[in-house]
Amino acid sequence: MKTFRKGLMVAVAAGALFAAAGAASAECTITLGAAVSLTGKYSTNGTHTKNGYDLAVKVINEKGGVKVGNQTCKFAVKYYDDESTPARGAELAERLIKQDGIKFMLGPYSSGLTKAIAPVTEKYKVPMVEANGASRSLFTKGYKYLFAVLSTSEQYLQSAVALTAENADKLGKKPNQITVALAMENDPFSQDIRAGVIEDAKKYGMKVVIDDKLPKELNDMTTTLTKVKALKPDMLVVSGHAKGAATAVRQIAEMKVDVPVVAMTHCDSAKIIKKFGKAAEYTLCASQWAPTLKYSDKIFGSAMDFAKLFKKTYNYDPPYQAAESAAALLVYKDAFERAGSLDPQKVRDALAKTDLMTFYGPVKFDETGKNIAKPMVLYQVLNGKYVVVAPSKWAEAKAVIPRPKWSERK
Amino acid sequence: MNNLSLLINAPIFNIQLLLDGLWIGAIFALAAFGMALVWGVMNIINVAQGEFVILGGFITLLAMQFGLPPLAGIPIAAVVLFILGWGLYRLVIWRIVDADMFISLLATFGISIMLQQLMNEIFGSDVRTAESNLGISYLFDNMVTVPHIKALAFVLAFVIGFGLWLFLKRSRMGQAIRATAQNARAARILGIDTDRVYAATYAINAALCGAAGALVVMAYSIHPYMGLPYTIRSFMIVILAGLGNLVGVIASGLGLGVAEQFAGFLLGTEFQLAFVFLLLVVVLVWRQWRLAQRRQYLK
Repeated sequence: MKTFRKGLMVAVAAGALFAAAGAASAECTITLGAAVSLTGKYSTNGTHTKNGYDLAVKVINEKGGVKVGNQTCKFAVKYYDDESTPARGAELAERLIKQDGIKFMLGPYSSGLTKAIAPVTEKYKVPMVEANGASRSLFTKGYKYLFAVLSTSEQYLQSAVALTAENADKLGKKPNQITVALAMENDPFSQDIRAGVIEDAKKYGMKVVIDDKLPKELNDMTTTLTKVKALKPDMLVVSGHAKGAATAVRQIAEMKVDVPVVAMTHCDSAKIIKKFGKAAEYTLCASQWAPTLKYSDKIFGSAMDFAKLFKKTYNYDPPYQAAESAAALLVYKDAFERAGSLDPQKVRDALAKTDLMTFYGPVKFDETGKNIAKPMVLYQVLNGKYVVVAPSKWAEAKAVIPRPKWSERK
Repeated sequence: MNNLSLLINAPIFNIQLLLDGLWIGAIFALAAFGMALVWGVMNIINVAQGEFVILGGFITLLAMQFGLPPLAGIPIAAVVLFILGWGLYRLVIWRIVDADMFISLLATFGISIMLQQLMNEIFGSDVRTAESNLGISYLFDNMVTVPHIKALAFVLAFVIGFGLWLFLKRSRMGQAIRATAQNARAARILGIDTDRVYAATYAINAALCGAAGALVVMAYSIHPYMGLPYTIRSFMIVILAGLGNLVGVIASGLGLGVAEQFAGFLLGTEFQLAFVFLLLVVVLVWRQWRLAQRRQYLK
């Protein structure tokens, strides 16, 4: 009996020792918190977000982790499912920070969720690097702990306006004679895009002739397109998430609406090439990122390397939502290493001074926390492929403007 | 008012708007038949109406994955939804038939959320469409577009409406449904199995929505959270038409569709729904006034 007791005590002591040792090495795991939509209406893009985070964590840890001062740390992420509802997102952010003791946050998917979570991280002075909240209104509230690696929403289709102005002579017009039709969903994100387009159209002296706000549950645009047929604008700009892109591509072809320039957002999440084939040809699409861009960094290599690795890991091509999410981790790694500390305040200050090149593009934050270094790119669907046509620095091909009329297509 | 002068100067666009309105209205009417029936017979406002429609669309996509032609989706969705409707009745709806309207609203709202989430889980949250391969006609030098699937939806709304009317008038079950709607207690005394009647009514409603959903996925597009507009439109159509008035449902469905298209064109799409609701208020006020004139009351 006595030996048994002795044995037990040794075991307990050894256990305690191991636990202590465990704690010592666990100290240098940097656990980031994230509430991501894994169920609900954003589940598709929420999963892209999580995959982007996970891949970056894996690669960074494999390639030596994060050097904070003289320690080498590993990244880990604690996830909760926010069910695509803002109220739940805010609740979970609170829980991550207060109960789980998370000191650094990654962003959720969508502007709406980011908007709900930002006040919480701000309250507890916890830095949040987010990759999927593009709404301009996120950066007008004076948040100090919010950093976004992506281009904000008003920039989404500005390059399409510039491109049309550059090609005005092909339409037989001067830039200030160009007429623009807008069909934008009535939600904050699309309305931001609308504001950006209108601002730029004004700069060139273009005239907005149609300005329709589409309902949230849109699956029919025939009224707007009938108006387009009647007024014959030179440019049609559509934004309404995936449902807007799908509806627009389908009905523009169905009704044979001839517009010289058609630009929209969310082409890839609506899978317009796969679903509508020829009908999608010549559509201009805004994108945060493309695998063909010549950005690169030391962790992932080039944009194309990232795309290949992602495809190998998850068996599908990375949408830009995944790329920008991975970039958020690179930004964190850089900030931790420059701060040389795990103190949230010091890391925040380091984040604010970020000036980093990644496979996703350059990252540099202005005082509101948005990335001002990376431009949006514009694809055009040409021969069943997305081809970068603007900005001209990255263009793989010249944009086809005007689109051929439906009667002239095969 | 620029838009108005556009319509006057180029009257051809009136035709396009009218046709688009009729087609979308026909699909609304199809979804509303069942709501009128369930409301009239069981005194339940089925908030899950739109989810039944969307589910019908997903069933069609599923059938197409098994290599069936898209049009086969219409009867298949109807049959699957009929079974689902019957099951839901046995599971949930029978408990709330005699309950307060508020309880039934809550219960069917619950069903609608359940269906939304299940569809999202099973089919994913992507926007989906199906190609009917029926082709498109172009009239007046490409100015007016007639997708055949939408024209088919229009014809089907009438055919199904007429079939439903015939069923209610002629068949034993139809007569039992009407008897139960008039006075459930008396019907029970006379030996009608009202429980069965209710189950059939609810299942028929689901089946009609399923057929409408098959048409929606071919003519427009669906995703799991797009049901609400169909519920709202059905609700409005039934209020306008009155309970159990099938001709009224078709008429107000088509009228609503056309009104929406023209309002969208003239005022801008953001006022589309607002205009329709305004119209509803005007119609109700006018009807109340007429009834007061004749010293009747609103049923």
